[in-house]
Amino acid sequence: MICLEQVERVFQVGEETVYALRQVDLTVQAGEYVSIMGPSGSGKSTLLNILGLLDRPDRGVYRLEGVDTTELSERRQADVRRHKIGFIFQFFHLVPRLSAAENVELPLSLAGMEPRRRKARVAEALERLGLADRSRHRPDQLSGGQRQRVAIARATIMQPAIILADEPTGNLDRASGQEVIETIEGLNRDGMTVIIVTHDPDLGRRTDRQVRMMDGRIADDHRGLP
Amino acid sequence: MTLGDIIGFAFRSLRGYPLRTGLMLLAMAIGVASVVLLTALGEGARRYVTQEFTSLGTHLLIVLPGRSETTGGPPPLLGETPRDLTLADAMALERSSAVRRVAPVMVGSAPVTRDGLSRETVILGSTAAMAAVRNLSMAQGRFLPAGDASRAEALCVLGQKLKTELFAKASPLGRFVRIGDRRFRVIGVLARKGQSLGVDISDVAIVPVASAAALFNQSSLFRILVQARNRDAIHRAKAAVLDIIRERHDGEDDITVITQDAMLATFDRIFQTLTLAVGGIAAISLAVAGILIMNVMLVAVSQRTAEIGLLKALGAPGGQILRLFLSESAMLSLVGAALGLLLGGAGLMLAVRLFPNFPMAAPLWAPLAAVGVALTAGLVFGVMPARRAARLDPVAALSRR
Repeated sequence: MICLEQVERVFQVGEETVYALRQVDLTVQAGEYVSIMGPSGSGKSTLLNILGLLDRPDRGVYRLEGVDTTELSERRQADVRRHKIGFIFQFFHLVPRLSAAENVELPLSLAGMEPRRRKARVAEALERLGLADRSRHRPDQLSGGQRQRVAIARATIMQPAIILADEPTGNLDRASGQEVIETIEGLNRDGMTVIIVTHDPDLGRRTDRQVRMMDGRIADDHRGLP
Repeated sequence: MTLGDIIGFAFRSLRGYPLRTGLMLLAMAIGVASVVLLTALGEGARRYVTQEFTSLGTHLLIVLPGRSETTGGPPPLLGETPRDLTLADAMALERSSAVRRVAPVMVGSAPVTRDGLSRETVILGSTAAMAAVRNLSMAQGRFLPAGDASRAEALCVLGQKLKTELFAKASPLGRFVRIGDRRFRVIGVLARKGQSLGVDISDVAIVPVASAAALFNQSSLFRILVQARNRDAIHRAKAAVLDIIRERHDGEDDITVITQDAMLATFDRIFQTLTLAVGGIAAISLAVAGILIMNVMLVAVSQRTAEIGLLKALGAPGGQILRLFLSESAMLSLVGAALGLLLGGAGLMLAVRLFPNFPMAAPLWAPLAAVGVALTAGLVFGVMPARRAARLDPVAALSRR
């Protein structure tokens, strides 16, 4: 369902040209559980941004469910993000002035769903993530683990096919990290394609497929335990 | 996103920064309030002048001897000397159906004496009609009696100031004063009216026009005051006056007729322009408030970079983010304008209480225009920050904490 062909991404840093991605080929099937690992600056975040349509490749083709996304307008790309992709960030990126329920509701209201139907779906999503009693709390009144679960509820409320997670446990203690990763694995069992960018080798070992990046290239790509 | 969602979202983000939002609203409110107050001041001045004019009398035409207008054309072959206006001319004007009342006015100056007290005073000769034409009201007694204008009765009405100087607190009714070399019986005292068009009506003595003619040994009138039957009849009355006098003066147009409405209209225009000008000056403060909105929104955009990145990641296209930020500035200016209207209204009430004689009132267009300008300023100056938000690169926006 995800298919990258010869994707390149170049940044101009002052006089220097930096290759963030060089001729990357990557295919991910629906329902896969993939981790992308590698040292800082290896291009893994850039790869995730391109997969999430937040960034455009300078060369190469990115096909999502058979559609060449590099040809889409900004508006159509936003549409794809809205319906097919859910993001989970290291720093949660909850809107601080909105309650947990309102944060989860945000994608639905951006999509223009009518308020009455939204409420039911939000309540259901929070219930599923064990946050029903926290729905009126603002992010600063929640623990790190709870915040990330709110973010997960928000990422999944549109029932996207793909979950892209950037260091989802990077800002959490061990126990809440464990809880969050189990939640994400639950999503994968329900059929969502999950791609995680991480530094944490323990986290990488849990995934079905590990992609290792080095200097903007895919250095290693294998399934099962290393 | 539904309209309700957009409003709710904008409202919450404004509430998230209460100090900044509060200061912004204050700036906008002061701008709108100053437009309302300054235009009210201009409008008040206009009404004050109108009021002064109507206190002269309503539907008034003033007939002056001599022609003051130049209409071009060849000069007359024979020398043209303006004829005097006479009492007979004045009485002839009553023939017109457009004319309700005619008050001839003769003016002279003579000493008014009583018990050794003497004052050099303006003497007006007129008829009973003058009271109604000039809106005069009496403090004591009555005005000149109606009747044959050519009868020189020895009666007089005193202005308030003159009465005080001659009689102090005593009642002058029925007493006699000497005007020039004749004795007149005082039958009334005018109520204080203050200045109207430069003539102090409290420092005069009014006598029947025939008496004044005898006193000053002249037959020419200073002017004739004509009251038209109603507002619509003013033009007909003017034409009738010109026709009648021309007929009586051997076909010569040797008078000038000034209508009060024409003067009023001129002053009206002047003050309306003045009001617009002060309103315009006040509108500058609205533009300043607009620039403040731009500043506030630019700060908001840079402070909320991560949030904008998030909205993009959640599938909001640039247009939607533009709308969100624009509605924030629109809301700032609308709420600010509403507060400004309240502030202006309160200021107006206070001013009316402090200066009850000055008829201050904001013209209807002023608050509407102020709110319109406020909203426009908010939107125009909100576009730049909103576009900046819409164009933000989501990757860069999200990489910051």
